[in-house]
Amino acid sequence: MAALEEGFTLSAVPLGAGPHGLLGVEQSDKADQFLVTDGGRTVILYKVSDQKPLGSWSVKQGQIITCPAVCNFQTGEYIVVHDNKVLRIWSNEDVNLDKVFKATLSAEIYRIHSIQGAEPLVLFKEGAVRGLEALLAEPQQKIETVISDEEVIKWTKIFMVFKHTVLIFITEKHGNYFAYIQKFNSHTLSKYTLLLGQEEKSVIQSFSASVDRNFISLMSLSSDGCVYETLVPIHPRDPEKDQRVVRSLLLKTVVSGDARNGVALTVLDQDHVAVLGPLLPSSKECVSIWNTKFQTLQASKELPQGTSGQLWYYGENLFVLHGKFLTVIPYKCEVSSLAGALGKLKHSQDPGTQTVPHFVNWETSRGHRFGSQNSEQSKRILRRRKPEVSVQNPASKQLLSAIKKDSEKHIEEELCKFLAIKPTPDFNTIIGDIVSELLGRHKAEPSFYPRNSLMQLIQTHVLSHSLCPGLMEAALEKADVQMLQLCLQQFPDIPESVTCACLKIFLSISDGSLQEAEINMESVSDYSDSVQEEKMEEQTEVLHNGFNAEEENCGNCDRELNKKPQDAAEETTSCPVIPKRAALLNAILHSAYSEMFLLPHLKDIPAQHVTLFLQYLYFLYLKCSENATMTLPGLHPPTLNQIMDWICLLLDANFTVVVMIPEAKRLLLSLYKFVKSQVCICSELNKIEVSFRELQKLNQEKNNRELYSIEVLELF
Amino acid sequence: MGEFKVHRVRFFNYIPSGIRCVAYNNQSNRLAVSRTDGTVEIYNLSANYFQEKFFPGHESRATEALCWAKGQRLFSAGLNGEIIEYDLQALNIKYAVDAFGGPIWSMAVSPHGSQLLVGCEDGSVKLFQITPDKIQFERNFDRQKSRILSLSWHPSGTHVAAGSIDYISVFDVKSGSAVHKMLVDRQYMGVSKRKCIIWGVAFLSDGTVISVDSAGKVQFWDSATGTLVKNHLIANADVQSIAVSDQEDSFVVGTAEGTVFHFQLVSVTSNSSEKQWVRTKPFQHHTHDVRAVAHSPTALISGGTDTHLVIRPLMEKVEVKNYDAALRKITFPHRRLISCSKKRQLLLFQFTHHLELWRLGSTVATGKNGDTLPLSRDADHLLHLKTKGPENIICSCISPCGSWIAYSTTSRFFLYRLNYEHDNISLQRVSKMPAFLRSALQILFSEDSAKLFVASNQGSLHVIRLLEGSFKHLHTFQPQSGTVESMCLLAVSPDGNWLASSGTSAGVHVYNIKHLKLHCTVPSYNFPVTALAIAPNTNNLVIAHSDQQVFEYSIPDKQYTEWSRTIQKQGCYQEAYRPCL
Repeated sequence: MAALEEGFTLSAVPLGAGPHGLLGVEQSDKADQFLVTDGGRTVILYKVSDQKPLGSWSVKQGQIITCPAVCNFQTGEYIVVHDNKVLRIWSNEDVNLDKVFKATLSAEIYRIHSIQGAEPLVLFKEGAVRGLEALLAEPQQKIETVISDEEVIKWTKIFMVFKHTVLIFITEKHGNYFAYIQKFNSHTLSKYTLLLGQEEKSVIQSFSASVDRNFISLMSLSSDGCVYETLVPIHPRDPEKDQRVVRSLLLKTVVSGDARNGVALTVLDQDHVAVLGPLLPSSKECVSIWNTKFQTLQASKELPQGTSGQLWYYGENLFVLHGKFLTVIPYKCEVSSLAGALGKLKHSQDPGTQTVPHFVNWETSRGHRFGSQNSEQSKRILRRRKPEVSVQNPASKQLLSAIKKDSEKHIEEELCKFLAIKPTPDFNTIIGDIVSELLGRHKAEPSFYPRNSLMQLIQTHVLSHSLCPGLMEAALEKADVQMLQLCLQQFPDIPESVTCACLKIFLSISDGSLQEAEINMESVSDYSDSVQEEKMEEQTEVLHNGFNAEEENCGNCDRELNKKPQDAAEETTSCPVIPKRAALLNAILHSAYSEMFLLPHLKDIPAQHVTLFLQYLYFLYLKCSENATMTLPGLHPPTLNQIMDWICLLLDANFTVVVMIPEAKRLLLSLYKFVKSQVCICSELNKIEVSFRELQKLNQEKNNRELYSIEVLELF
Repeated sequence: MGEFKVHRVRFFNYIPSGIRCVAYNNQSNRLAVSRTDGTVEIYNLSANYFQEKFFPGHESRATEALCWAKGQRLFSAGLNGEIIEYDLQALNIKYAVDAFGGPIWSMAVSPHGSQLLVGCEDGSVKLFQITPDKIQFERNFDRQKSRILSLSWHPSGTHVAAGSIDYISVFDVKSGSAVHKMLVDRQYMGVSKRKCIIWGVAFLSDGTVISVDSAGKVQFWDSATGTLVKNHLIANADVQSIAVSDQEDSFVVGTAEGTVFHFQLVSVTSNSSEKQWVRTKPFQHHTHDVRAVAHSPTALISGGTDTHLVIRPLMEKVEVKNYDAALRKITFPHRRLISCSKKRQLLLFQFTHHLELWRLGSTVATGKNGDTLPLSRDADHLLHLKTKGPENIICSCISPCGSWIAYSTTSRFFLYRLNYEHDNISLQRVSKMPAFLRSALQILFSEDSAKLFVASNQGSLHVIRLLEGSFKHLHTFQPQSGTVESMCLLAVSPDGNWLASSGTSAGVHVYNIKHLKLHCTVPSYNFPVTALAIAPNTNNLVIAHSDQQVFEYSIPDKQYTEWSRTIQKQGCYQEAYRPCL
């Protein structure tokens, strides 16, 4: 999953004084060091990890740098051009740019390209390209004109393809764009006309490119805010002919369409692009990472002080001129998953239009995806599934419209009608829609709480918490324990925080209001009956063979406890909560959780509730250990493991609280004593198990290991 | 078929001897294995690893080295200082030559197979010329300080590497002088051990000498300069054996920890021509010392003190994934060591140097399939018969009536008469057994115990009539003209009319005992015969072969039976559920 980390400012010195911001940020021959060329007269070498400049060079007053400084990776020297025609080459040791090597050329330079493993290349404004060596050998050589009059180079980039350098540059003439590919192994120049497609009128604002084996994938950010991709072949079939390449839509509306300037695009890797510019018309400028495969926004970062509309990307860092300062934003892309990619899908829901279900029904959509994969480009866009899914059956449409305005009663009737229909493949999608619609209305007018309808919907077994996160929220708000119990039983994916919130309500709700609620008592059997019949036999100190149950440090507490055996017995053998509450708590015990996420929430439960819950758990534990199978009676009773886990969790989370409050003290002591006796029993069982195992072994040996036996064998 | 009372006998306390040497012969695909009791066994790897021949051991003959020479000749040398050549046809020792250098520790045949080199206790390396019918001493190499424990020829035959104690010598064969002496580090994990014994050396054609020693090292030496090139410490105990493949691209070493390591010559990087030796695979199929290893083109073979012979196919070399691609562990003897007296419920067990006679227990109870019945009488150990002399017992038999026991060693044949008086047994040896019966390979009594059949190693088959306390030589079936192949398996028909005998490769001969003449010969088959039996009533001869095929041959009709033809056509598995006999 791609992510942007906290950025930091690289320079304390304001940069970008000129009208066009920075000229460029280029890599130097050492990792982590970058050459920043200011629009005016300065070149600064920065070490990014140290956030400090290592060197700074300026040209004389009156001269102006016209092309970003680059590093010659072969020699380690730096090259810069000032006043369009003058080359300066210097190294780290040089202090004054006036005194370093100088070469005046016969034509104006557009850019110098330098790439690891090849000699620097000089691109002239007329489109000619020369190697630096050849140029320095004869600076005044004639430079030919490649591009036509009025054609202007807009953008250029260099690549290494199979150890050969390939240079691409884009020119513009009267709103038409041309791509030139210059290959240096074969010295061929191919020209392509970029066809803009339907969006004929848009102006390309930024280019970026990445290279694949045979294609340069040229991405362009147009003034309509969309990113287009053009595949330019590196090896053209017929280099002489003028060829055309078509661009296709890759991402729709990544920046607000009316942002006229300050937008930029750079390719990060195979599936990710970084875009600089405002996301929404009114919002501030920000840098955002888009996943082109899933068409999703992965991360974005606001840059409130404005940018120069330039974006560079080297290694793992994005360079942006934020305000007046060069800012470095580290970018990370970990292995992404589909779920992760979808998680950040923007829910930009236009008000007033027909609602779009934002639940993807994988069953139905999969077929669509595969079927239409190679057809038209627009199908690639997941977000634009409006025409596909909004085809709903009339019953649901009617229901949805009923939800908007009708009374609860009426909605119930409509719902019954709808549920009576045979479920369609997109049944769960529609159910999701209905629930969110209901909740939406509840939110708008709090008095509207269609409890019965919601209950009915939950019982369709297709809902989950992630499908309707607002449902439990609303139930919690209303302290609707019946609904909460139902949700706990039905939803497989309740977050721990919600589970804990439910627990809080279950513990705090008054007995009176509980009596009114209709609660499913399946998990609670009649504890009270059995309690009266048999009294727990009191655990007395027993001296087991070789094991003294009474250890020194616990001697006191035992004795203390023995003083009030009556109380203790009473306390532990009768259910501390009324059956309805017990049923609710059992629902909590049954729910799935992850310890790590649950623990912090458990800490928030008030002390007396913790004690109550512990008492209840202790009671269950005692009940469990009454029979040999260690189970509770009833239809869906909590298992011993669940009880034990919750005791541990509660004690872990509220350790200090439980130790401090006096009411809990006796409970803890009796719990401890009981656990100890159980451990005792277990250790005894262990011993017995070992002897039984030995017996079994002996038995088997006797059967097999005898030296001589006569056996009956029947052959057929 | 019916219900049987199966006696499960687990008191045959037979312990095979440990393996001392293995020698693989590439041409015949045979493996010679010598054991610590002096036994030498020949396994035919092509015939499903069947042990087709064996030479009985001798107490004084501890084999230390075993090798094949040109023309499928097998030599061994041992601590009695003798070099022995085996006669693979007659299954006896052809001759023994004393090398006069004290105990022999090592032996190597020259790459051309015409010269034999032995390393002796006194530090001498002796060169013998192999002549067509014997070996002849040629000369001594430069004498070394201590015993020569390992020898290896350079594939060109010009040089020899000899491992001794603490050093390796490289000899020039022509002059017999030591060219290099390579000292082996005594240090072992920083502790100076007393001595470093070079248990094995291998000379490669590029001049590299690989040595394995008692400090757990596998070392690579440059024989041209006499320097150590590479050192692999692979074990905390001795590395006792080494064998190199013919292509010299892989070798195998065995350690005293029971581990076998495979080394392979692999490219340093995926497409470079530079190669180096890399330890690739460890195998732990043994529990004790791996005293001997061999490298066949497709498998690693190892054997040691734990008596198992392990054949581990190299999966990358095996082309067809069939039976041969499976790991083989040969543990059980391939010979019949138990004979049975049906009438008296007796079992005779054959050990290396003694026989044991047991009476089976009995029961009066009955039960259903799978029941273990309570014993009314337990099994009894009746007799413990020790051999005289140092020779191992080759074969033994008890008569069906239980009154005769016969066994043979290389030099003598013994026949005993047993008398039963209530619970007492008396044993009476029949004296003056003829000399031609010695070194018998198989002994069999007729069903009525009146006749004794002895297969001798010369290919002849003797028939002896047994009388009360004495015997009479009736007849000798001479081998077919031209063959001297010894007979290993015998079967007699219950009615006493027919006797079938088989060697290792030729067909099965069926003799008519009444008329004392050859009745017929079952055509020979590609694989050796592993078992023979004649069915009662029908007199059908059932023959099992090492490739797990079973044939049924009707002796009266002199042809394969219909059933046999059917299963040969359809394969055994379809017929497996049909009653066979």
